[in-house]
Amino acid sequence: MKFSEAWLREWVNPEITRDELMHQITMAGLEVDDVQAVSGEFTKVVVGEVVECGQHPDADKLQVTKINIGSDQLLDIVCGAKNCRLGLKVAVAVVGAVLPGDFKIKAAKLRGQASLGMLCSESELGMAESADGIIELPLDAPIGVCVREYLQLDDVMIDVDLTANRADCLGIAGLAREVGVLNGLSATEPTWDNVAPSITDQLAINLQAPTACPRYLGRVIRGINQDAVTPLWMVEKLRRCGVRSVDAVVDITQYVLLEFGHPMHAFDLDKLEGDINVRLAVQNEKLTLLDGKEVKLNSDTLVIADQHKALAMAGIFGGLDSGVTQGTSNIFLESAFFAPLAIAGRARAYGLHTDASHRYERGVDPLLQVKAIERATQLLIEICGGAVGPITEAVSAENLPSQTTITLRRSKLDGLIGISIDADRVKTILTQLGCEVAVTAEGWKAVAPSYRFDMEIEEDLIEEVARVYGYNNIPNIAPQAALTMPLHNEATLKIAKIRDVLVNREYQEAITYSFVDPDKQLRLHPQADALILPNPISKDMSAMRVSLWTGLLESVSKNQKRQQARVRLFETGLRFVKDEMAENGIKQQEMLSGVIIGNLNDQHWNIESRAVDFFDLKADLEAVLDLCVDPSSFEFKAEMHTALHPGQSAGIYREGKKIGYIGTLHPSLTKPFALNGAAIVFELELEQIITRKIPQAKEVSKFPSNHRDLAFVVDAQLNAGKVLKFIEKNGGTELVGINLFDVYQGPGVEMGKKSLAIGLILQDTTRTLEEQEIADSVNKIVEAVSTEFNASLRD
Amino acid sequence: MQHLDEIVANAQQQIENAQDGNELEQIRLQYLGKKGLMTEEMKSLGKLPPAEKPAAGQMINQAKQSIQAVLVARKQAMEAQALNAKLAGETIDVTLPGRGAQLGGIHPVTRTVERITEFFAELGFEVKNGPEVEDCYHNFDALNIPAHHPARADHDTFYFSPDLVLRTQTSGVQIRTMENSNPPIRIISPGRVYRNDYDQTHTPMFHQVEGLMIAENVSFTQLKGVLHDFLHNFFEQDLEVRFRPSYFPFTEPSAEVDVLGENGWLEVLGCGMVHPSVLRSMGVDPDKYSGFAFGMGVERLTMLRYGVNDLRSFFENDLRFLKQFK
Repeated sequence: MKFSEAWLREWVNPEITRDELMHQITMAGLEVDDVQAVSGEFTKVVVGEVVECGQHPDADKLQVTKINIGSDQLLDIVCGAKNCRLGLKVAVAVVGAVLPGDFKIKAAKLRGQASLGMLCSESELGMAESADGIIELPLDAPIGVCVREYLQLDDVMIDVDLTANRADCLGIAGLAREVGVLNGLSATEPTWDNVAPSITDQLAINLQAPTACPRYLGRVIRGINQDAVTPLWMVEKLRRCGVRSVDAVVDITQYVLLEFGHPMHAFDLDKLEGDINVRLAVQNEKLTLLDGKEVKLNSDTLVIADQHKALAMAGIFGGLDSGVTQGTSNIFLESAFFAPLAIAGRARAYGLHTDASHRYERGVDPLLQVKAIERATQLLIEICGGAVGPITEAVSAENLPSQTTITLRRSKLDGLIGISIDADRVKTILTQLGCEVAVTAEGWKAVAPSYRFDMEIEEDLIEEVARVYGYNNIPNIAPQAALTMPLHNEATLKIAKIRDVLVNREYQEAITYSFVDPDKQLRLHPQADALILPNPISKDMSAMRVSLWTGLLESVSKNQKRQQARVRLFETGLRFVKDEMAENGIKQQEMLSGVIIGNLNDQHWNIESRAVDFFDLKADLEAVLDLCVDPSSFEFKAEMHTALHPGQSAGIYREGKKIGYIGTLHPSLTKPFALNGAAIVFELELEQIITRKIPQAKEVSKFPSNHRDLAFVVDAQLNAGKVLKFIEKNGGTELVGINLFDVYQGPGVEMGKKSLAIGLILQDTTRTLEEQEIADSVNKIVEAVSTEFNASLRD
Repeated sequence: MQHLDEIVANAQQQIENAQDGNELEQIRLQYLGKKGLMTEEMKSLGKLPPAEKPAAGQMINQAKQSIQAVLVARKQAMEAQALNAKLAGETIDVTLPGRGAQLGGIHPVTRTVERITEFFAELGFEVKNGPEVEDCYHNFDALNIPAHHPARADHDTFYFSPDLVLRTQTSGVQIRTMENSNPPIRIISPGRVYRNDYDQTHTPMFHQVEGLMIAENVSFTQLKGVLHDFLHNFFEQDLEVRFRPSYFPFTEPSAEVDVLGENGWLEVLGCGMVHPSVLRSMGVDPDKYSGFAFGMGVERLTMLRYGVNDLRSFFENDLRFLKQFK
């Protein structure tokens, strides 16, 4: 809500500076977002009267004027504005004046005619972006007076960011009430004499949806002056609240909206047929709105209708056909209370948001309708003239909001705030806020004012007391709690530890969006049925990720474009997979995913550079898995994946359960992902690797260990991992170490076969092994491997 | 005994001139060997009258010792020289870069989340996580934000269906946690949240950390105390902090917290006393227990702490940006 400081101070004028005022309301919860001067800086601009006005002899578009500014001599001023005319009161920048933009006014000659000043437009004084002509001041503007003072231009436009609960402050009246409370002052409303009806015209009003509209007031006003011009004071007040002047009738309804926070609407009486019906729309009923757009109404939308048709969306937007236009001379003025629940969400459903809907959905004072219509009437008659009919009021009393009595207990107040605020202070605060307060044995009882929709329960009152008392007057106290030690589970690995391993191996953590480009994702996971966002930021951010690879590969590509040839990234985060068994039909699993590309090392003076491959990433992953202290539970099995190179991909298993994949990105994907080089990727379910074994120490043998190297010739297709696992399992208790140290294919080994060189370490914890025992153990292993894999020892 | 002095002087001269260990050995044999000059001298003692023998013997021994000493000294010098020469040849340029993997780094957002959770963990707050695709009950209804509440419109929610959204806040975790536990409780829930907004100061995904404490006699003074301590810890400065009344449907009283920066007040978090309707949604009796909750935007705090100017840089994953954080 934007408002003019000067207007506020007409209602309540505490003796504090502008800065103090703004700090005060901010600290009361009405956060000041922005402050703007209502005009530019200027000096020596005074009110003058055009006492002579004639055509410039040598210039078609200029006029030569004599201006009375109340001094001894009339000023000769040449003016180019079309609206400059005899008798006009104008803003005169005299010689020596400085206008915004450091524009100095000097004596000049324009086409031979002396000009001792300038007649100013609103834009020249920094009051508007642009202007059609010079300012036309009211005819009673006192000649010679400083325009700054006359127009009260030392004013500011204050923009407060009002929270949804403070609908009561959506008008000067409410803001003034609030400032009054903060300063112990009461706000003074403007006074006027209600206009007595002079005609008897009325429209009957039928409340057909009384829960949605429990109170509706209307009155007929005939014969308004179609050419009436909104007076400058009103235009200025509207402007300083961020509202543009449209025409007199609309301006007056806007003025009342700003003054009291009460939306008003005026219909063109001559367009209405029969009674006024306040009813819910018929499903798909059509209505053309004031902005010219036609909408199909939903049956949950309240409308103002006549006998035949919907005229307006109640409390949201007027209709074009029944609206006030240039030719309107008879109007029907509306002042109504619409229930917040009947308006809330409706405007948004049509893509609308108006000053009226903003107020009605938050709550307009249900006792304000009479005052609002009287005020609007008085202003209409004053500005536009006309004859006024009586007010017709339709009420459904039982549907009006009831004013509840709220109990505030001293114990609750003290308990929630943490300190005890003096009882008189509590009573004063609540009373000033408009509550009717009674002191009781346990505390207070308060009836909230009709304009405070946010005061319903005890906590609402506590908040009000704390707020006005001042949050910063409440001390900071450290809480006390039982020193209960939460349970810690050593077997659960902390994710930070996993991150550390990767960071120590030169990975950089990335955070990519959880929604990705659906086309890119489908290239990696053609079978994936991703969850799609119906209203995404853009199409390439519309599919919920089914793996972290899409985002990571895009990050790799972007980095390569920025000349980062070596990229090593990892990310942890959820993937989203449709699953009817899961809560809300979506399985949301935390994944750990990584990618490397480019050379293994930065160019180095002493290391030969080579591109990364599968085994570089595998080693990093093995280091992570090693945190589980349970290496034999993991297994890599050659396995294809749509995104991976068919010969360089593996499923990762733990205890026989698949937990992820590792592999070289399929070469056909290099181009679509705009990658330079082969990317190696992995991804696994984080939950499956955060359970680790708690170490159970074994005695370290004091006896010598014995190394034996064996070279098995096996089928070239056989996975070495199977052989190692087999030996591990069948090697007997004395086998304490096993290491594959060479894989060879070529001369000396039969075609289609390969040689696996494996080192065995044999040791006993109780004694030194005899040569014969060692040979027996090794022979047993050789025999078992030979049988299992059809292997032979290499000669 | 001019003779002996001459021998010693000669020996010294030869030793000085020797170039290597072999030469030295030859010299040693020449003087001190079985057939060496000094051995010969010893033998010649027999020809002397007995009265002169002891004195002469002593002199020969002295000469032997001095040759021996010179030999040893020379040998040590030679070894030292050889070692120095060897070491000189092994000199490396110690300013060259080391070999092997360098250090990567964690994302600055993670760094901030870890700091925040650590602070609160020390006060016994347990970390809790929850789903990011969330139902409206946990994201809105249970938090006292009914269907048509204006606060829902403020959230720019990503909807999958009328009842399924990308969570707009991590507060749902509080509800979920309380479904399975009872007060007293202290939890903190960091995580990704989503709003349908994308410009210079908004990204459609960002991170929040929310905290909740419910127990008997939890009060606003305590909320202020905890958050004061937190902000002083986070910025490691005794910044001026102010609590400004605000409005959240799930807390009452509610406040926004500002810190005084170089360019004025900066909003850093929102907080309040848990609304009784929310306590009831959690199955907690508001007349027995009270609680406070707070929430903060991780990116905003990270920007303030590390001087990051562009919010969007957090999700561009530009290595040149990320590598500044270890």
